Amino acid sequence: MTVPALAVSHLSKSFDRPVVADLDLTIRAGEFYALLGPNGAGKTTILRMVAGLLQPDAGDISIFGIDARRDPVAAKRIVAWVSDEPMVYDRLTPLEYLEFVAGLWQIDAHAAQAKANELIDWLGLRPHANELCGGFSKGMLQKVALAGALVHEPKLIILDEPLTGLDAGSARQVKDVLLGKVRDGVTVIMTTHILEVAERMAERIGVISQGRLIAEGTLAELRARIGRESSLEDIFLDLVAEAA
Amino acid sequence: MTLAPASLTWFARHELNLAWREWVAMMTGGRRARGIGLAIFIGVVVVLLHLMAYGLVAPWVARGIAPDKPTLVLLSGSGLLFWTVMLSQALESVTRVYYARSDLDLILSSPASSQRLFAVRTASVALSTIVLTGLLASPLINMLAVLDGPHWLAAYGVVIALGALSTAIAVAITMALFRLFGPRQTRLVAQIVAGIVGAGFVIGIQAAAILYYGNMSRFAIFQSADIVASAPDLGSLLWLPARAAMGDLGASVIMLALGLGALTLTIAVTASSYGHHAISAAGLNHIRSQRRPSTRAFRPASQRQVLRIKEWRLLQRDPWLLSQTLMQILYLVPPALLLWMNFGDSGGAFVVVVPVLVMAAGQLAGGLAWLAISGEDAHDLVVTAPVSPRTVLIAKIEAVLIVIAVVLSPLLLLMAVSSPRMALITAGCAALSAGSATAIQLWFRVVAKRSMFRRRQVASRAATLSEAFASIMWAGTGALLAAESWLALGPAIVALFVVGLAKLISPRRR
Ligand SMILES: Nc1ncnc2c1ncn2[C@@H]1O[C@H](COP(=O)(O)OP(=O)(O)OP(=O)(O)O)[C@@H](O)[C@H]1O
Ligand SMILES: [Mg+2]
Repeated sequence: MTVPALAVSHLSKSFDRPVVADLDLTIRAGEFYALLGPNGAGKTTILRMVAGLLQPDAGDISIFGIDARRDPVAAKRIVAWVSDEPMVYDRLTPLEYLEFVAGLWQIDAHAAQAKANELIDWLGLRPHANELCGGFSKGMLQKVALAGALVHEPKLIILDEPLTGLDAGSARQVKDVLLGKVRDGVTVIMTTHILEVAERMAERIGVISQGRLIAEGTLAELRARIGRESSLEDIFLDLVAEAA
Repeated sequence: MTLAPASLTWFARHELNLAWREWVAMMTGGRRARGIGLAIFIGVVVVLLHLMAYGLVAPWVARGIAPDKPTLVLLSGSGLLFWTVMLSQALESVTRVYYARSDLDLILSSPASSQRLFAVRTASVALSTIVLTGLLASPLINMLAVLDGPHWLAAYGVVIALGALSTAIAVAITMALFRLFGPRQTRLVAQIVAGIVGAGFVIGIQAAAILYYGNMSRFAIFQSADIVASAPDLGSLLWLPARAAMGDLGASVIMLALGLGALTLTIAVTASSYGHHAISAAGLNHIRSQRRPSTRAFRPASQRQVLRIKEWRLLQRDPWLLSQTLMQILYLVPPALLLWMNFGDSGGAFVVVVPVLVMAAGQLAGGLAWLAISGEDAHDLVVTAPVSPRTVLIAKIEAVLIVIAVVLSPLLLLMAVSSPRMALITAGCAALSAGSATAIQLWFRVVAKRSMFRRRQVASRAATLSEAFASIMWAGTGALLAAESWLALGPAIVALFVVGLAKLISPRRR
């Protein structure tokens, strides 16, 4: 058996009330996994803990066998995080941004430059490659952030609602880029409220409600669990209602 | 009581409510213990300021304060100093009324009257200007009232009148700038004007004092016989504010009527164009600027180098920040002048130059450290990068301290030529002062966007206060060391105490 890309066990986090409660989650290497759940279910909180942005109260996080809580730097080396709010500098150009990211991950400068240019072409940012990001639209910023996530060739990409604010064309580009990455063997975890995206792209789907994983599996498995032929939307609403 | 929506009072209550909540959140950080610590700290500072004011005022009162020309010159001159600070503060706040976006989009897109909003916001600028200057002047006024008589309390009325007047002037200047430069440039120009008004007068007086009298006391110049002799007669209207401050009822009434009248008039005249200007300023949050296509290859660099380069790039591309920094450097002009004039003889000039340089180092370090440490636009990126938080902090501190070193080193070199000992003292105290300011910013760090820089002072008053206090004390240490006095130990100990206290009340993390 191969090492899972992500193995989370007994993960808990409370703010003023419990938000994530004793969560177990395993994601296989090379898988495209979609995390669904109503607003405030705790999806962002879970992913932020995995990315090392938030200290869990309890539990273990293992990324490709690396204990992320014991050795965060080693874990971060192979992970990329993309949040729904693009984390980009207003006063750097996309190329300078990618150079900065490559430097943080200590990628060989020469290889990084080739990769950066490739990504910029791929995402259609070439006409703006030498403009400051401060003038960009939300969708363009999201693409720059995504390029930043891909420039250091991570083995696990975590995305929190990466498609919000993107036009149809850009969303398609991003989806294609992610599917291409999965084909190359990269693991992708992503949250989304667009159920159709999860239905089309994800190999497995997890449904979170009130900080718990209430259902998990392929679309067919989830259907079987509900016990009738229906759309993911119906399944999702049923599951959430059942858990509440 | 229910108020009619979108009436003047309704807006005022909304603003007051927001301001109060923000203030409470800031002061306590949601925890009472910190609020109490802060209250004690502020109490100590207030007492110290009153003691200092006592030192200034007592000898003057002992000699007897007569309403003669020298007194009026001194009062008007000091008042003018306060007033420039007010005007510069008001200009800053007024531009914010036009450019701050947070809820402006909501209100401008609602059917509520933007004129009323403008009236309320402008009035609140006047109020905050008055409160701030009032607090600044209060130790002096209170000590005068206690030692010489309660008629001095009338000076608070003058503060109110001048605050209203400077807000009116600030609005007028902002409107003129909109006409002249258009919405794109107005903010920057207004900020620069504010800085020059704030710094320029002080610098001008210092420069004049240096040139004519060879010393730098801001107040001494007002007592010089030449100036007193060339001042207008006692009956002149120029002395109105000074006489009002000394308790002349008629003068007080005229001052208040003038200030409040000017403010009301300005609001009435300019309110109608506010909505228009604010909307034209709205589209400007996007900076679109084409940089030269870079053919430069990515350079191999360590993580620390990469982080430093990023900080410097961002500093260098932020025009507002650059103007702020330049202003700090402007303050160094008089001491540089003094240094140059006394070049060769290692006389008393150093006693003045050393503390100014030390102060400047601390202030500059505080500002830059906030930007580098707290103002991280891509916080998530840096945290999820495979780099230890320690390395990130070290790189950012290095970036700040290197900038300070680059700014100060030419002056230090100039000093070293005439007196290596003084250069060494300055370098040492400047390093301590910059180090203290950086450390305080480190302890009080929060996650914030750079565009929030303006909120730096507000975000944690405790940090800003202790930072300023520590640099003043290190400046004192430098001055006394330059004068070869063992008393230097005193301010040094106080500085260490302030830094320690800052660490104590700083928010605990993890
Ligand atoms: N820093 C925080 N402090 C306090 N409470 C928080 C914090 N972050 C999140 N929460 C709370 O935790 C709960 C889960 O939030 P989270 O952002 O993880 O939900 P989500 O599933 O991502 O929701 P959405 O679909 O709206 O993005 C919410 O009730 C939120 O209020
Ligand atoms: Mg979320």
